[in-house]
Amino acid sequence: MRRLAQMVLTLFVLITILFFLFRILPGDPLTMFLDAALPVEVQELVRAQFGLDKPIGEQYYLYMRNLLRGEFGVSFYYRRPVLEIIGDKLINTLFLMVASLTITFAVGVLGGSLVAWQRGSTLETLAVGLVIFLRSAPEFWLGMMALALFSYRLPLFPLGGMNTPGQNFHGFLEQYFSLDFLHHLLLPALVSASYYLATPFLVMRGSMIEVMKEDFIEMARAKGLRERQVLYRHGLRNALLPVVTVLALLIGFAIGGQVLIETIFRWPGMGREMVLAVQRNDYPVAQAAFFLMGVTVTFLNFLADLLYGYLDPRVTYD
Amino acid sequence: MLARLQELWTIFRRDRLGVVGLLIFTLFLLVALFAPYLAPYDPMESLYRPDGSFARQDPPSWRHPFGTTRMGRDVLSQVIIGSRVALLVGLTSAFITTFIGTNIGLIAGYYGGWIDDLLMRLTDIVYGIPFLPFAIILVAILGPGLTNTIIAIVLISWRTTARVIRSQVLTLKQRTFIEAARLTGASNLRIIYRHLVPNVLPLSLVYTALNLGWAIMTEASISFLGYGDPRLVSWGSILFSAYVAQAVYDAWWWVGPPGLAITLLVMSGFFISRAVEEIANPRLRER
Repeated sequence: MRRLAQMVLTLFVLITILFFLFRILPGDPLTMFLDAALPVEVQELVRAQFGLDKPIGEQYYLYMRNLLRGEFGVSFYYRRPVLEIIGDKLINTLFLMVASLTITFAVGVLGGSLVAWQRGSTLETLAVGLVIFLRSAPEFWLGMMALALFSYRLPLFPLGGMNTPGQNFHGFLEQYFSLDFLHHLLLPALVSASYYLATPFLVMRGSMIEVMKEDFIEMARAKGLRERQVLYRHGLRNALLPVVTVLALLIGFAIGGQVLIETIFRWPGMGREMVLAVQRNDYPVAQAAFFLMGVTVTFLNFLADLLYGYLDPRVTYD
Repeated sequence: MLARLQELWTIFRRDRLGVVGLLIFTLFLLVALFAPYLAPYDPMESLYRPDGSFARQDPPSWRHPFGTTRMGRDVLSQVIIGSRVALLVGLTSAFITTFIGTNIGLIAGYYGGWIDDLLMRLTDIVYGIPFLPFAIILVAILGPGLTNTIIAIVLISWRTTARVIRSQVLTLKQRTFIEAARLTGASNLRIIYRHLVPNVLPLSLVYTALNLGWAIMTEASISFLGYGDPRLVSWGSILFSAYVAQAVYDAWWWVGPPGLAITLLVMSGFFISRAVEEIANPRLRER
């Protein structure tokens, strides 16, 4: 309960920071939107329309009220409601994230435990070196190299985007559950998965090394179980707990990274939209995208704490 | 003091990757320090081939070991000069971050009560901010430049150091030597800076090395998205111009070296932090 109140407080402060962040701009958020050639009276009228003529306290109140109602205003660039624009992009981002995090965790958990099992081998050194290398490489650079290698030299994958252009979709299913979509999804998902791999891989390895010292592993071996059974049935299951907590934190971290991977692969998601919005001075969209990311991260951190307390009963929050 | 340093070095040296990391880092530091003498050409100068024609996107050769860009600029010189921005931003942000984070952790952990509550809630709030999007928006609003990039990095990254140092202080506070110091009438400030700081310093250094890598990566990402200082050559800005020119398809030499330089430097920070962690946490050593 206390943790929940804390999350609400965090969100409140986050929203307030956002409000002031976009108001320390030179002039006001509309300076870029208004043509300087317009008559002053018209400019004033537009300002009033956007509520920017009101005192800052009232603006803040209106801003809060609108956010709580899920109203993010109108985009300066598209001239359409922000929610409409961001809604689609959010779905696209989620598809990419779920795909890459699934790969990350499958490979990280299996690879990490395998490497712990073969401690001291050349395989371990090479694998640890590789995941650290992939984490140290900039995500956008990995994406550029992957595009050059697997889309250009070997034309295995498309050069970016989410669907082959020139198609019309009749509904959600047709757009997202097609081979064409999967084909576009695979390369960006693999690239971001390889970048995030280090976290579950190294945590799983560490946790597995600890578990392997336990008596019940010795016991399972003494029972005459095959090594593979000991590894997957007894070892892996018990070593999984710390990785579950890391999952929530990693998702929060991955949301920020979407900005780069989506830009490189021209994936029409929220991260790319935020970068474009900042470039276009389209503050309502940039603000809404940032807000949604912040809310998601805060919520995931909250979830990670809960999971941690649930999985490890020694941890309490009171 | 000297004997203690020697002892730490013996522990550090045992971690082979840590030594490799330190070597890579020292190498980059030397390159950055002597960059103007090492770079064979002016990184922004458009060059010509010996026959007088424009050196447009030349592949690697003896004259240009990393080739040239579309504007005929020498990539090797750009990478050498670019190391200055990376290390300047990396080291400055890492030290400011460590300074702020360690102090917040020390104060929160030592005083406890409402001070601890206040500072830790603040840390939680900062944990809710997505790092890279925040940095992009802040730099876009305040204007591109190294100072603003460093501000954006520091404003977020102190959170990890603060949390880790606080929990370390909470355990240290229970130990008898702190009790003893308090009984002899030492002031709070004296206990914090004479008795606690030497004990948390190795752990702070672990996070300094990690933050170094983070800061370099963030600076590169910001410059790559086009928010770097346009007057400076940095690894991120080299990759930005290569990306805009779509060079990845026909000029790998323009894309490969700056990316590899970022990777190696970030990796060295990671290796160093792991080796220092063995000093900070003796339980890791026997493994």
